[in-house]
Amino acid sequence: MKRLSRLRRHRAAGPVLLIFALFTIGTTFQVASAVNQENANVQSRSAAIAEGKEIFLRGCSSCHGLNAEGQEIAPSLIGVGAASVDFQVGTGRMPMADMSQQAMRKAPVYSPEEVHALATYVASLAPGPAVPGDELLNYERDGSVAEGGELFRTNCAMCHNFAGQGGALTQGKYAPTVMGVQPKHIYEAMITGPQAMPVFSDKTLTPEEKLSIIKWIKSAESEPQLGGVALGRVGPVTEGLLAWTLGIGLLIGVAVWLAAKAR
Amino acid sequence: MTARERVAGNVASYVDDRTGGAKWMKKNLQKVFPDHWSFLLGEICLYSFIILLLSGTFLTFWFDPSMREVVYEGAYEPLQGVKMSAAYASALEISFEVRGGLLMRQIHHWAALIFMVGIVVHLMRVFFTGAFRKPREFNWIIGVGLLTLGIVEGFLGYSLPDDLLSGTGIRIAEAIIQAIPVVGSYLSYFAFGGAFPGLAFIPRIYVVHVLLLPGIFLALITVHLMLVWYQKHTQFPGPGRTEKNVVGYPLMPVYMAKAGGFFFIVFGVTAFLGAVASINPIWLYGPYNPGQVSAGSQPDWYMGWLDGLVRMSPPLETYLFGYTVSWNILIPGLILPGIMFTGLALYPFIESWITGDKREHHLLDRPRNAPNRTAIGVMALTFTLVSLINGGNDIIATTFDLTINQMMWFSRIAIIVLPPIAFIVTKRLCLSLQRADRDLVLHGRETGRLVRMPSGEFVEVHEPITPEKAWLLTSHEQLAPLELPEIDGAGVRRPAAIRNKIRNRISRAHAVAVPKATETERRELEGHH
Repeated sequence: MKRLSRLRRHRAAGPVLLIFALFTIGTTFQVASAVNQENANVQSRSAAIAEGKEIFLRGCSSCHGLNAEGQEIAPSLIGVGAASVDFQVGTGRMPMADMSQQAMRKAPVYSPEEVHALATYVASLAPGPAVPGDELLNYERDGSVAEGGELFRTNCAMCHNFAGQGGALTQGKYAPTVMGVQPKHIYEAMITGPQAMPVFSDKTLTPEEKLSIIKWIKSAESEPQLGGVALGRVGPVTEGLLAWTLGIGLLIGVAVWLAAKAR
Repeated sequence: MTARERVAGNVASYVDDRTGGAKWMKKNLQKVFPDHWSFLLGEICLYSFIILLLSGTFLTFWFDPSMREVVYEGAYEPLQGVKMSAAYASALEISFEVRGGLLMRQIHHWAALIFMVGIVVHLMRVFFTGAFRKPREFNWIIGVGLLTLGIVEGFLGYSLPDDLLSGTGIRIAEAIIQAIPVVGSYLSYFAFGGAFPGLAFIPRIYVVHVLLLPGIFLALITVHLMLVWYQKHTQFPGPGRTEKNVVGYPLMPVYMAKAGGFFFIVFGVTAFLGAVASINPIWLYGPYNPGQVSAGSQPDWYMGWLDGLVRMSPPLETYLFGYTVSWNILIPGLILPGIMFTGLALYPFIESWITGDKREHHLLDRPRNAPNRTAIGVMALTFTLVSLINGGNDIIATTFDLTINQMMWFSRIAIIVLPPIAFIVTKRLCLSLQRADRDLVLHGRETGRLVRMPSGEFVEVHEPITPEKAWLLTSHEQLAPLELPEIDGAGVRRPAAIRNKIRNRISRAHAVAVPKATETERRELEGHH
């Protein structure tokens, strides 16, 4: 005891005790707040699921069924994952405007929060690809333009055209333009394979390769019109059209003028 | 005589004493050419050809026609580090590092498109006005040769940069070569120096593109123009114009100024297009790789109709003696174009066989006065246009929300149904226009003034047209159809009876016309009015 009481009067006793006390309080708070956070997460998730379910019942269930089990006119959404919902609803493709060959990209009907709620609800039905986070989507850091171009030409250009302007598929289906699409949505399209598009799993194209493709698309998107008016970047059809209209039109006009002036 | 004139005179006689050129110059500088805007269409081709030679020479200074593999280190960032052929890398260098290189490349390509457009428009003028008739059949054939060579030269030209689009085109050309029965695969190995794509193709087509074909072009164009010079230019009928004279303006100074000015205008329009409108953006296509292809891969327009024929062709194949005959490529890729170009080249002879007309013609026809020829021309154009549209079926499908399958079926049916309809409609239209001409000559121009007669009847006042106009509308001759005998003097069927019968029938169809107003009819009616 004597020793203890001596230590009690030691010079360092005050600071040591203070540090100890702060550490204890800090740790206790940390644990308590983590538990709280988890509770809050669970709570917000269930709230999102509930909200998502409500939106789903209101806006989607008439085609996809009350439990997202699908019907004749629309596929089941069980197991499609949050990424699929985020892509289809976030790009305005869903809900569809009409029953045409394929859903068109248009102004989104739901706000980002509502899309998140819907995605959370659908993801809660069965596991599926998740929405890629911002950290994963750092294509500026992790992608390479040249490699992305090669990958795009090998995997994407056959449907989406050499400059990502889109192209025709059979029976009125089409590959849409990839210009002006959010990187998140491009990534989701590759992992979920919407409509006529195949799925590019991480074995086919690694996440880095996907980011390279996104980086190339963004570079093509922001590329200035180097040779003058780009004429839609669809190749020789528009070039021929211009030669047959403006080109020969101007020249025949001048020829008529040259021959008329002689009178 | 001023001092300056004396100096000029001395120089001129110095040259003349040694070359004797003055007499030749005097004769040829006074040569007369008729004036009509459509006679300048051929000049568009000539001038675009000169532009092609000039800009093409510029491009050869930097272009490296080699399939050696290099890693791109140039200025275009999205391709840095990509493996490609030296040909493609040097085309990128011309586009991004050579001063004025991209402009020259674009001028060269636009000039090529306008060259081909000019040839087709010029050909249409010559065809529809009957300018190919005797004595100009050879020049017509040379023209068809220039059109054919132009298609080949253009194709080789856009194949040279070895980008993804041009490689796709060469791949299709290879498929067409291979579709030739028996020798196809050997020919393909011969052309590519082995299996596709190999390393030999770009250097080979480079020599053909910059040396062989331009040489043949120069020779053919020279002969083409010399024949025009020697045979004199055709002219439209008009006061004082006959089969024996040429009414127009002399080369010096009128046509020297006009033609010289027109050259600069053609150059200006081409340079304008090259400056403001992108053409063949090879950096976007990427280097050729046989494992890659782009949606909407199209050839340039003058090949587009051939591509369209291939695209609409049904999948026909026969298996014969252990070999596959690919009719699906053979028919649209070789047989149909072969028939079309042969028919085009032989048309002057076919027409003179039908009409039996072996005389020289220097006065042009108005298209309506040769209904059958005009209808045949429109029929051929309709055929080509349907296939050209199908050549761009994927671009049209996405632009106008159509399905590519519908486009293909439309083309398959239209290519058979529309040309005959075009023939009938055009022939009808020509005959209607002839009828309108006849009415105009006989009854004069409708003035729109209505007069009420004392009897209460309303009559529109017609004004007689000028004698010049009346002459223009009646000066053309209307050939009677052939009437070749099927039975000879002794009442025996001639050996060629069937042939003569067929020829008579075609000739009758060809000669269908609304009888033009005669002087007697006109006088008679004048008594009425």
